Amino acid sequence: MSHIQQLDFSYFPGCSMATTAAESNRSLMQAARILGLNLIELQDWNCCGSSSAQTMCKNLSLGMAARNLSLAPAGRPLVAMCPRCLHYLRSGQQCLKDDPQIREDLEEKWGRPISTDLEIMHFMEILVRYGLGRLQANARRSLKGLRFVPYYGCSLFRPPRLAKEKSFQGEMENILTALGAEAVPHALMYRCCGSFLSATDPEVVAPLVNDIIGSAASDRADCLITACAMCQLNLEIRNTSKTKIPIFHFSEILALALGADDYEEWFVRHLVDPRLVLQKLALVA
Amino acid sequence: MSTVQTLIQEIARPDMVAAGKPRPSLAAEVKERSGTDLNRCYQCRSCGNGCPFVQAMDYTPNQVLRLVQFGMGEKVLTCKTIWICVGCHTCSSQCPMSIDIAAVMDTLRFIAVEEGVAIGKPNIIDFHEEVLRSLEKYGRAHKLGIMLGYKRQTGRWLRDLDVGLKMLARRKLDLRPSRVRAVKEITDLFACYWRESA
Repeated sequence: MSHIQQLDFSYFPGCSMATTAAESNRSLMQAARILGLNLIELQDWNCCGSSSAQTMCKNLSLGMAARNLSLAPAGRPLVAMCPRCLHYLRSGQQCLKDDPQIREDLEEKWGRPISTDLEIMHFMEILVRYGLGRLQANARRSLKGLRFVPYYGCSLFRPPRLAKEKSFQGEMENILTALGAEAVPHALMYRCCGSFLSATDPEVVAPLVNDIIGSAASDRADCLITACAMCQLNLEIRNTSKTKIPIFHFSEILALALGADDYEEWFVRHLVDPRLVLQKLALVA
Repeated sequence: MSTVQTLIQEIARPDMVAAGKPRPSLAAEVKERSGTDLNRCYQCRSCGNGCPFVQAMDYTPNQVLRLVQFGMGEKVLTCKTIWICVGCHTCSSQCPMSIDIAAVMDTLRFIAVEEGVAIGKPNIIDFHEEVLRSLEKYGRAHKLGIMLGYKRQTGRWLRDLDVGLKMLARRKLDLRPSRVRAVKEITDLFACYWRESA
C-alpha cells in the first residue's frame, strides 16, 4: 500500500471512543491506516465538554472545547468521529469567532493561539472528500447481502446552530452501499437513542430503544450501523425486548470491508454478539 | 386533571396562579441568552408531538415556551421537562418557525441552576454533577467512576446492576481513568462554574 499518498489529520478521539468504545476506535484506526489516512491523536486532548458541561455552564462548555482547538497544530484539519464531540468543537469555534474577546482571554491564559480557521471535519467527510478512490482500491470483503439501518444519531445534521455547516445526511449509505451493503429505508433511523437518560432514567429509554430495534426487525435489517459510539452502546444495553439485532459502529463495518482481521477483539466487546449475522454472509470466519 | 387543563385554567384565571410571582421579563431574558426568538411560537405542537421523551415530561416543549411567554418563571424553572431534554433537536428540526427549542431548554437550566430553585429532576442534575466532577479531576470522563458516584448520590446501588456487570464483563468500563496531563488547565476552567457543592 506504499503507493497511496499519506494524508495527515489531527484526530480527536473523545472519551467514549478512547474507553467504552475502544473497539470502535481500534477499527477506525485500522480503516484509516488501510486507506492511507494518517490520524494523529491530538496531544493531551480533553473531553469536548459533553452534554453535562453544556447543561450546567456555558463558559465551561466553551472552555473545554476551546482548549482542544488550542492544541491542534496549524496546517492540518482536526478530525472527529464522535458526532457530539464534533458538534461541541464546531459550536465552540463558532463562539470564538463571534466573540474575539473570549478568544483572546483564553489564548492569553494558555499561551497558545487558537485558530478560528482550523478546519474541523467528521471522519465520513474525509472519506467522501479524499477516500472514494481509496475505498474502491482497498475493498477486500464485499458487504453484499448485508441489510443495514443507517443510524446517525442526533448531532450530525440536526443542530440548528450548525445548520449552515455541511450536511452528512446520506453519507453513510453512500459509503456502505458502494461497498455492497443495502440500506433499509423504513426503520426509525432518526429516533434518539436516549443519550444520558440511558444512565439516569433507563425505564424511559428502554421502550424507545425497543421501538427502534423492532422497526429494524420488521424491515428485515441484519443490523443497525451507528455513527456515534454512545448510540451504539445505548441501543445495545437498553434493548429489553426479545428481538436482538447486532449494533455496529460505522468504523467496524468499514474496517471489515477493507480487510481488517482483528475483528474478534472488537466483537467480544459487544453485548449482542454480531458474529452470527456476519458468518451467515461469509464476512467473517 | 391533565397538565394541559391545569395550564389552561391558570392562563384563563391569572389571579389563581399559585406559581410564584409573575416574571414578565422572562421571555426577553430567555430570548437574549438563547439567541432564539421563542415569541415566534404559535403553538402548533409539532415539537410536543415529535419529542421522543414527552411521556417523561410534565410539560410538552410547546407548553414550556408558553410558560416562558407568560412569565410563569417559578413553574417553568422547576419543571422536569428542561432536565429531561437531551438536546436531540428532533423538535427544532420539525419547528415550522425555526425556533431552537433545545437552546431555550439550555437557557432555562442555566437560570434554574444560577437561581438555586428546586430542581425538577434531581437525579439528572446529580448525574451531570458527577460527570463534571470526573472532568474536573481528570479532564476526561471516567465512566465507571461516574456511575459509582451517581449510585452513591442516589443510593440505588442495585438498580441497573445487571447492565453494569455486563459492561464490566465485556471490558467496556475501564477501571482506571484516562487523564489529561496538563490537568490544571482544566481545573482552572471550572472557576466559572456555579454550584452549591463546589
